[in-house]
Amino acid sequence: MAETRDNVRYLASHEWARLEDDGTVTVGISDHAQDALGDVVFVELPETGRSVQAGEEVAVVESVKAASDIYAPVAGTVIGVNDVLDAAPETVNDAPFDEGWFFKLQPADDNALNELLTPEDYRALCAADDH
Amino acid sequence: MLKKTCLNSCHIEAGGKMVDFGGWEMPIHYGSQLDEHLWVRASAGMFDVSHMTVIDLVGPDVKPFLRKLLANDVERLKTSGQALYSAMLNPAGGVLDDLIVYRLAEGYRLVVNCATREKDLAWIEACSEAFEVVVTTPPNLSILAVQGPSALSVLSSVLDSAQANLLSQLAVFESGFAGDWFLARTGYTGEQGAEIVLPNADAPGLWQALLASGVRPIGLGARDTLRLEAGMNLYGSDMDEGVSPLACNMAWTVVHNDRDFIGEAAVQAARAARVQPRLIGVMLKERGVLRAHYPVYSADARVGVLTSGAFSPTLQCGIGFARVSAVTESLFVEIRGKQLPLEPVSLPFVRHGKPVYSVIS
Repeated sequence: MAETRDNVRYLASHEWARLEDDGTVTVGISDHAQDALGDVVFVELPETGRSVQAGEEVAVVESVKAASDIYAPVAGTVIGVNDVLDAAPETVNDAPFDEGWFFKLQPADDNALNELLTPEDYRALCAADDH
Repeated sequence: MLKKTCLNSCHIEAGGKMVDFGGWEMPIHYGSQLDEHLWVRASAGMFDVSHMTVIDLVGPDVKPFLRKLLANDVERLKTSGQALYSAMLNPAGGVLDDLIVYRLAEGYRLVVNCATREKDLAWIEACSEAFEVVVTTPPNLSILAVQGPSALSVLSSVLDSAQANLLSQLAVFESGFAGDWFLARTGYTGEQGAEIVLPNADAPGLWQALLASGVRPIGLGARDTLRLEAGMNLYGSDMDEGVSPLACNMAWTVVHNDRDFIGEAAVQAARAARVQPRLIGVMLKERGVLRAHYPVYSADARVGVLTSGAFSPTLQCGIGFARVSAVTESLFVEIRGKQLPLEPVSLPFVRHGKPVYSVIS
């Protein structure tokens, strides 16, 4: 059973978004997603400073199996990316909710995260996925 | 209902992630495809390839029949046990399948692909009508490939003395029987190793003995990246019925002489054509992954397509095969709308764990 975290919100496309104390939003992919992808071998990250709409393709994760788009969970501006993934893309497999994060956003709307899936919703979605 | 090999429970016990592979429930990986790939390059891994098809042919006409059926010439198999890689062509010169043919004490053994089984058998039956040949698919056999730098030494430590003795006498592309076990020094990884065709009842025992000796199970995912690094074609990706052997890097397996094999006239016509596509190795010069079907450009002209692609665990970059109409100095692959430079290289990329390619200039 894949791990989920209760301090983040989710997209149906398996990204997670975490509201930090400073009001920024950190984005990554779930444990369920990394497990389905298999070994991650390349991550293409967005340019810092780019403004993005909710649902826009902003990054790509390539595993041994396939290339998958990563969507912005909320509108905002990219204020940082996880350079660790350039040299060590496998970090996404090893620590998807921690060191394997993808990018950080300054959200346009502080409340936008409330629109996303709750941990309960997301667990139900994964359970349906597994059957 | 998926077909299962008799090692199915062994795969599940080893943590295999099982997928539908041409109607068979087979392991794609056992946790990490990358780790499995690197383990085969560094040590030894085992692959259940029991889904592949074994076809035995005997009869007074078996040699003239195979000289007609195959684009490589079984006349080259001078003694019992020798093996040959060959294409089987249709009359239009397209590749119906690729296979290994082993000369036995009596007759020949073919090992053909899984997905092409029914098509191949129907074709072989139809072509053999004018020949006195008996075609059989021996039942209840498993096939286990053991590959890697320590594959042969580990194998000889778990085989019985007659089997180990046979294995020690085989050179690359040679085979033989020890009782009802068929041992062949062939494989699909570019490493040392053997493929063992054995009775189903014996297969779990061999699996467990190898597992206990440090040989790790390897899934179909790593099997694909290993063969790609080794410069070996995958039927259905790099060639099919519409592709000439000349356009899939198999010209070296086509032997012309006076025997007139099926498809030969079409191959000769293709050879005479001034421009024909060829299959080359390519490496991505930037970070990223190559995948089958990505288009290939030279300047602004589309000159071909990737037939296979992957991230190479050994070389740590994107590699692939490209079928191109011309090899120029500046090839590009289009990935998500961006053109990225490709380096055309000789095949294989990797042999015996080491990079061996050179840049084509």
